[in-house]
Amino acid sequence: MSARKISFVLNRRPQETEIDDSVLLLDFLRDRGLTGAKPSCEMEVCGSCTILIDGLPFSACTTLAVEVEGRTVETIEGVARNGELHPIQEAFVERFAMQCGFCTPGMVLTAKALLESNPDPSRDDILHWMEGNICRCTGYESIVEAILSAAAKAGTGDG
Amino acid sequence: MPMPLHPFVLHRPDSAEEVIELRSALGEDAALYAGGTELLSAMKMGAISYEHLIDVKRVPGLREIFDQDGSVHIGATATHHEIENHPVVVDRLPSLAKLTHSVANVRVRVAGTIAGNLAFGEPHADPPALLMALGGTVVVQGAKGRRSMDIAEFCVGAYETGLREDELIVEVDVPIPPPGSVATYMKFQVLERPSVGVACLGEIHDGRFTSPPRLVIGAVDEVPRLVDAAAIDGADIQDEAGMGAVCDAASRAVDPTDDLSGSADYKRHLVGVLARRVLRKLAGEP
Ligand SMILES: Cc1cc2nc3c(=O)[nH]c(=O)nc-3n(C[C@@H](O)[C@@H](O)[C@H](O)COP(=O)(O)OP(=O)(O)OC[C@H]3O[C@@H](n4cnc5c(N)ncnc54)[C@H](O)[C@@H]3O)c2cc1C
Ligand code: FES
Ligand code: FES
Repeated sequence: MSARKISFVLNRRPQETEIDDSVLLLDFLRDRGLTGAKPSCEMEVCGSCTILIDGLPFSACTTLAVEVEGRTVETIEGVARNGELHPIQEAFVERFAMQCGFCTPGMVLTAKALLESNPDPSRDDILHWMEGNICRCTGYESIVEAILSAAAKAGTGDG
Repeated sequence: MPMPLHPFVLHRPDSAEEVIELRSALGEDAALYAGGTELLSAMKMGAISYEHLIDVKRVPGLREIFDQDGSVHIGATATHHEIENHPVVVDRLPSLAKLTHSVANVRVRVAGTIAGNLAFGEPHADPPALLMALGGTVVVQGAKGRRSMDIAEFCVGAYETGLREDELIVEVDVPIPPPGSVATYMKFQVLERPSVGVACLGEIHDGRFTSPPRLVIGAVDEVPRLVDAAAIDGADIQDEAGMGAVCDAASRAVDPTDDLSGSADYKRHLVGVLARRVLRKLAGEP
């Protein structure tokens, strides 16, 4: 075992903590009560464990916790601000883009990363970017609609 | 079910020389670690375990992408995501930008590196076939200094490469195709990784192949296979007989086995179909 002191930003709050080198990020987050990211396939295929590091999506199931050193981590718990849903979350609600909700944290975060780098994606851009997030309830159409609608609202200065 | 990882010590060396020293000192107890997309998965499954991981990602200078002396130089730790979006790659090697855009899913592209892709030696991979068609080389560094290998020397077998125990990949160099030539890559995939990938670099002037195209079949055999395309050297691009001969040669160049990504016969058939499509693409068809 080998523990290491690291500092990083988690959902906008600076953190300092000691982590063993071999701990996975998903276990680290869930042990702290952040259970929005969920283990499912455990092999980087499904996206239910998605979190953002410096704004880009990672599979927390297959990322070492110590990788966050000096970086900024966002989980679904940090997406709403002061009790207000993020425009992407609102669009998911408006478009009924969730059924059981298991995939939703990963979907919202992956979509957030997309819109931050590409604010006006085409339907094809969305399909390609979201390809690695699996919805077991198969509600893909409304998820794509929600992302398009969140992008359109942001574009009109409305979101 | 995956288990917690067998405990290990993570080392974060600051230079390629330090990586090499650590490798020499720790031997088989240690593995190089980059994006971890292959390594950590295999460790989670309990397929392999190490006492030490040596992180190459934080080594300065190993990540740059630039264009010099007619080649694009891609640093070992450049991720798929960085490669697919890098202006030099998009401009000079659009076929590689496009291929990289189609690797895995966005999370694997964000974490996974070009060196990790090549060093793992997974046969069901995309980049090796195109790199072979383009004449790319893998630059490695060890205690005795640097050397480079072409893809045929580097890709030795399934999960086997030309890397020596103390070596790491530092760079992948890809010659920029000369003006007038076209490179392309197409794949067929049912699972997470390609079942068949076909790459081609060729030159066409006035409706003729001016030299035999470099046609390479990836993901089928343990290593990428270069196809003998002499039958269309100098041929008209409408020469159906020549084209058919090369597609047959492509199907014969591989020795597929039945697996989850398809039966042997099916894969052999796909090789012929994709070979024809890449040749047609070279000739300007969509
Ligand atoms: C769900 C999924 C889908 C995928 N789909 C595709 C696909 O469609 N096409 C495709 O081509 N690939 C695919 N992959 C493979 C993908 O993991 C690789 O492309 C990735 O680039 C590996 O890089 P890494 O940095 O994560 O390697 P790591 O996992 O960190 O390392 C892999 C191996 O390389 C060694 N290594 C790492 N860096 C170096 C170096 N600099 N020098 C020497 N050795 C080194 C390590 O010791 C290890 O043995 C997929 C993977 C997953 C999990
Ligand atoms: S649980 Fe991590 S990608 Fe499926
Ligand atoms: S809403 Fe149930 S898995 Fe997507």
